[in-house]
Amino acid sequence: MARTIVITSGKGGVGKTTTSAALAMGLAQRGHRTAVIDFDVGLRNLDLIMGCERRVVYDFVNVINGEANINQALIRDKRCDALYVLPASQTRDKDALTKEGVGRVLEELSKGFDYIVCDSPAGIEHGAHMAMYYADDAVVVTNPEVSSVRDSDRMLGILSSKSRRAERNEPPIREYLLLTRYSPERVAKGEMLSVNDVREILSLDLLGVIPESKAVLNASNSGVPVILDVESDAGQAYSDAVGRYLGEDLPHRFLDIKKKGFFSRLLGG
Amino acid sequence: MLFQANFPELKDYLDPMASHPTSGVDSPKPAFELKAATFTLPVIRLLEVDMDSVADQLGGKVDQAPDFFRNTPVVIDLSGLPAGAGRIEFPLLVGLMRGFGMIPVGIRGGTDEQHEAAQAMELAILGDAFVRRSPTTREAPRQPTPAPAAASTRPTPTPVRPTPAPARPVAEDPAVASQRLITRPVRSGQRVYAPGGDLSVIAPVSNGAELMADGNIHIYGPLRGRAMAGMKGDTSARIFCQDLQAELISVAGHYRISENIPDEVKGVPVQIFLDGDVLRVEKI
Ligand SMILES: Nc1ncnc2c1ncn2[C@@H]1O[C@H](COP(=O)(O)OP(=O)(O)O)[C@@H](O)[C@H]1O
Ligand SMILES: [Mg+2]
Repeated sequence: MARTIVITSGKGGVGKTTTSAALAMGLAQRGHRTAVIDFDVGLRNLDLIMGCERRVVYDFVNVINGEANINQALIRDKRCDALYVLPASQTRDKDALTKEGVGRVLEELSKGFDYIVCDSPAGIEHGAHMAMYYADDAVVVTNPEVSSVRDSDRMLGILSSKSRRAERNEPPIREYLLLTRYSPERVAKGEMLSVNDVREILSLDLLGVIPESKAVLNASNSGVPVILDVESDAGQAYSDAVGRYLGEDLPHRFLDIKKKGFFSRLLGG
Repeated sequence: MLFQANFPELKDYLDPMASHPTSGVDSPKPAFELKAATFTLPVIRLLEVDMDSVADQLGGKVDQAPDFFRNTPVVIDLSGLPAGAGRIEFPLLVGLMRGFGMIPVGIRGGTDEQHEAAQAMELAILGDAFVRRSPTTREAPRQPTPAPAAASTRPTPTPVRPTPAPARPVAEDPAVASQRLITRPVRSGQRVYAPGGDLSVIAPVSNGAELMADGNIHIYGPLRGRAMAGMKGDTSARIFCQDLQAELISVAGHYRISENIPDEVKGVPVQIFLDGDVLRVEKI
């Protein structure tokens, strides 16, 4: 039986897809068979970030509609054997994701995988609801801004009442907070909430803090999940987050302003 | 919804006195003068009694022009209500308007029962000589509402939203609705109601979350949202809270919004209770 993880947020553009790609790759690299599904029907960009957009033949909606079977639609990652991508449809309308259809696909995937990572669209619309409904775990992606935190809080409320686990009175979805695009400089200037502020407001386990990093854009432009950029701060932070998800006790890094080295001070950099 | 109204009748009342401010022979240096003045006040003409829709729409208006309403005396005009519109929840309405920063000062154009209910909320009855009431309203059968006594009108009779509705759909959770012990955080958009008794929460309550109980409310954690005790009018109900950062607190329909909560009781353990008509917040 696979564990289903939804990557969700109230607001768009906070880093859900970046996170889905990184966590899925991180889990797969550690040997767990992992499928990552793009629930953002109509926008479809997980495949771009995973670098498999030119290999898409069938998509999630095809499988739901019975036009293809799951094995035809899954795209195996070229860098990691344990990782598969199920892309979203770019053309079909969002209502194609039915509760029954999604349930069937997840159940089938569940037989052959250890983890199913669901990249949710933003907000509380149908697609987001479908992505979270079957989840066992939720990673709530939040930027250190008041509005993003508030939206995440609302999202957590919905998670705790509108999921299958809630409907069946099963143990609730495990919730994790992932703070992304964190900039210690801007926190120091008072332009952003600090880790502790956010943690206190949301009272959640902190899965990780991903710094604001140029590496993210570079990685997504070249179709490489940023976690593979092991030199980068964001890549390392995602790697830590995967470790924590799997139960490792790791200190949080990249929370403080980077001290400038001797040479960069000398060169005024 | 908004009209301006003049009150020349105030002038008529006061004018005779204004001409004899100090009629005694050996009267001391006058401490005041009684004068008449004509004010133009905004009037909220109610077109329906459903406070949820009023809250929604009024919230929208206030968002557009928050400064216009801040500390503004406002008159409630009932002459536009259709016949048999149902009972007006004055405690809710007054709480709502105060929550938006308005100062509801009086009503006009209502039935005798409505006037009585409004007076119980300390609203002035303004002469409706200048209000043209539609004949249908005037001839409307009297509401079957029992004439409420002062003490029983103030309480909030139903667990409806007495304050501006959240902007987003509320995550109604029937499973949570009747529970009295909440162990997980109450999130923005969630409402928890304990009918007929106390509610205990041993977790944080977020901004935009609402706690309601007919009895007391206990929060062992920060209260950042709203807490309304004594929903059915129990004036002895209290709120106990470990860390008060609330948006709104209320006991039996008496409100305080965050702005009106003194800083020295914020962030510390407090109890909140009614002392007569005053909602007190006290450190414990
Ligand atoms: N840690 C980060 N540092 C810098 N940019 C980031 C970071 N995380 C995400 N981004 C950028 O933010 C944008 C939105 O990210 P994305 O993962 O697509 O968000 P979502 O799926 O929530 O809409 C993208 O341009 C991405 O490159
Ligand atoms: Mg996305």
